[in-house]
Amino acid sequence: MLVLDTRSEQAFVEFDRVQKSYDGETLVVKDLNLAIGKGEFLTMLGPSGSGKTTCLMMLAGFETATHGEIRLDGKEINNIPPHKRGIGMVFQNYALFPHMTVAENLAFPLEVRNIGKSERETKIKRALDMVQMGDFGGRRPAQLSGGQQQRIALARALVFEPELVLMDEPLGALDKQLRETLQFEITRLAHDLGITVVYVTHDQTEALTMSDRVAVFDDGRIQQLAAPDELYERPENSFVAQFIGENNTLEGTVTKLSGDRCIVKLDQTGEHIDALPVNVKKEGDRTLVSIRPERVEFDPQLGPDAHTLDAEVLEFIYMGDVFRTRLRVAGRDDFIVKTRNRADQKRLSPGDRIKIGWLPQDCRALDT
Amino acid sequence: MSSATDPDAFTGATPDNALRDADRAAGPMLAADGTPLKRSLNRALRAQKLRALGLIAPLLLFIIITFIAPIADMLFRSVENDIVSQTLPRTVVALEDWNGEGAPDEETFRALGADLVVAAELKNHTRLGSRLNYETVGMSSLFRQSGRDVDDIGEVYADQFIVLSEAWEEPATWVALMADPDWVAEQSEWAAQEDPIGPEPAFALSEQAQEALPRTARSYAQFAQIIQSEDEDSPTEEEPWNIVYQALYEDLSQGYVTGIYSGELAQLLDNAASAVGGFEQMSVRDFFLEEVDDDWADPEVWGTIKAFSSPYTAGYFLSSVDMQLTPQGIESQPEDQQIYMLLFQRTMFMSLTIMFSCILLGYPIAFLLSNLPLRTSNLLLILVLLPFWTSLLVRTSAWKVLLQQEGVINDILVWIGLIGDGSRLQLINNQTGTIIAMTHILLPFMILPLYSVMKTIPPHYVRAAKSLGATPWTAFWRVYFPQSVPGIGAGSILVFILSIGYYITPEIVGGTTGTFISNRIAYHISSSLNWGLAAALGSILLALVLVLYYLYDRIVGIDNVSLG
Repeated sequence: MLVLDTRSEQAFVEFDRVQKSYDGETLVVKDLNLAIGKGEFLTMLGPSGSGKTTCLMMLAGFETATHGEIRLDGKEINNIPPHKRGIGMVFQNYALFPHMTVAENLAFPLEVRNIGKSERETKIKRALDMVQMGDFGGRRPAQLSGGQQQRIALARALVFEPELVLMDEPLGALDKQLRETLQFEITRLAHDLGITVVYVTHDQTEALTMSDRVAVFDDGRIQQLAAPDELYERPENSFVAQFIGENNTLEGTVTKLSGDRCIVKLDQTGEHIDALPVNVKKEGDRTLVSIRPERVEFDPQLGPDAHTLDAEVLEFIYMGDVFRTRLRVAGRDDFIVKTRNRADQKRLSPGDRIKIGWLPQDCRALDT
Repeated sequence: MSSATDPDAFTGATPDNALRDADRAAGPMLAADGTPLKRSLNRALRAQKLRALGLIAPLLLFIIITFIAPIADMLFRSVENDIVSQTLPRTVVALEDWNGEGAPDEETFRALGADLVVAAELKNHTRLGSRLNYETVGMSSLFRQSGRDVDDIGEVYADQFIVLSEAWEEPATWVALMADPDWVAEQSEWAAQEDPIGPEPAFALSEQAQEALPRTARSYAQFAQIIQSEDEDSPTEEEPWNIVYQALYEDLSQGYVTGIYSGELAQLLDNAASAVGGFEQMSVRDFFLEEVDDDWADPEVWGTIKAFSSPYTAGYFLSSVDMQLTPQGIESQPEDQQIYMLLFQRTMFMSLTIMFSCILLGYPIAFLLSNLPLRTSNLLLILVLLPFWTSLLVRTSAWKVLLQQEGVINDILVWIGLIGDGSRLQLINNQTGTIIAMTHILLPFMILPLYSVMKTIPPHYVRAAKSLGATPWTAFWRVYFPQSVPGIGAGSILVFILSIGYYITPEIVGGTTGTFISNRIAYHISSSLNWGLAAALGSILLALVLVLYYLYDRIVGIDNVSLG
């Protein structure tokens, strides 16, 4: 996946120390710094109330920043009203004008820009073809299905050729299959047209599959800003680790720290495990170690000094492509291991006692 | 809101439509027990329907009895006109041959005399006079005058009959001549009681009387009936009215058939019949023209009676639109008597003005209400509703205080120097007053539907419009406003229909130039007592509202009216 790292000197969209408060008492957005490059697909991911939508609304101009600067293409836009920003926007509930036909909806942004009729028609046709809705110009929004409406909303946001398009959970109201199709189409369109997209969602799969970079929001801050693979494999803190994908966590204390290895003594049983120190500073620090379920091995054949843990199988779930095994490990009942359904894969049954282990770099010692 | 959202509105190849097509092709659907599905569904729903009907039955009955039936009766009065044909039955028949020129012939006047004697005894002639006075001025006094004098018709003949034979003075002679033998028997049985129970048996004519002396029989029967019902007397003790002698004279002088009676009565009649040729005669026509009132010579009087002799009339409706029914046909009222069209136009104009003022004043308020946080908007909504908790009369009277020339508003305007003390504005007792007061009173009816519609317009539409490059005004005008039109429609219909029939406020603050058609209707109901005209005016108003409603439905579509 394409990751652009040179954008900081020539950012297209820039949040500079932006804060936002609605009530003058609490900050919804705390000191946001974010630079988005031209042509980038950036997703703001986070639980509800994390401030991601507020950021989007500030960028669109529907909310004003309490503090800080928002820049678009180098120009400060804090005081520019939304209709002069030239930013396309797709809303979760589509926001197609119910009293206009599809074609009229698409003509609206062109009319307010005083674009001539023939040019308007060409552009509308092109935009509708782009989302494979060429035959639906005469319909009313109410006569379309949810997926069709969202395609039209997308076409309407693109028809006036904005360089920046904001999408506020655009696929939230659609069923899974439709969502996946549209995820693909949106990314394809964004790359084909070379537009910059800021996409807000609380669905991590969506964020991982569509984005060049993902900004994980929590508590009004960006917890981590990284490409999807990095975000998944190298979460920087325990929030990101738990929010993105499935994760096993064990609590403990660092007993030995040397370079890129550390040994953690688990609280419950006193067993020792190997881990990669991510944000532990010194021996004696409390830590939360995180291990992805698919990186755990049964009866591991690791190095001689590697630590292993005793485990008891509590549940074995057959899920088709994978097996999901729930284990009791280090006093916890919710330790999950995922294994691929291979011909030689051992199928465990409840009550089995086994040993589990992992490569030290797959086990990340994070903050508590 | 729109019918387009109705799934049945979709056409084309949808799974639902395909299923429906398949159903149609397969014939009627059968339920599990083999009965057609429709019938078993109906059966299942019947109990439900009956229960629903039972729930609304008390209200339905109440409304039918207290509301729909009386209104239907009132509206029926706008065409009902049987007073003329019921009060003057003989006259109406006699007038059929009248050619409309000059006074009618003797025969018609005799009929009029006979009718008027009965009417005067029943005191119906004044009512008839008032009714006809709506059409031709002077009829009321003419009938009142005539009612007093008609007793004298036939007196000449009565005297001559009595001179001929004392028996003609005797009630018993008349009973013997006229009454049915059965009635005589019943009556004597009733009279023989010590303390008679109940009223005297109702008088009945004998068949031979009707055959031998048809006019006399009819006249005497009316006399007997009125004597019994109005005076609570008995025909066996009362000498007939003079008009009965008049009828007897007419019967005997125009082809009297002998041989129906026998004995003394036949003798008496035969004597009289042979004597009437030599009787001193009296022309009823001359009597009316010379002794009662020479207005009876006026063909307009007779024309009016004839024009309104049918039991149903368009006269009230014609009056409502400043026309009149004359013997020559339908004509416009004289210029100086045309008021109703003006009043209808004024009512329409002022209702529209009030409606538009309400839109102008109510729209921003409703917009504000729907965009404020719930707590603030609830408080403001209470302020909007506050007038509803105050009596209409009080609010209107308050406007009287505010708007009069020495009132608060004029005082303030003078005080801030906007107008001079000598040129205080005339704000009340004219159209301005009515429009100001009614706009205030009807404003909540505009605000509430507007508010409830605006509340359902999600804010993201306007946001979307702005993000697409629309200025706030364009976003409002092209995106928000069209979606609020159903609210405007509902509010306008409410305000317009309410104001078109408004009565109290224009009555109090409207003076003479600011009153509505409803004030005229009220006047005819309570002061002039011309209920027929009031009913006709009301019917026209009702029809007008329905037509406007229909037009509105055609132009805007009633589906686009929403109360939220």
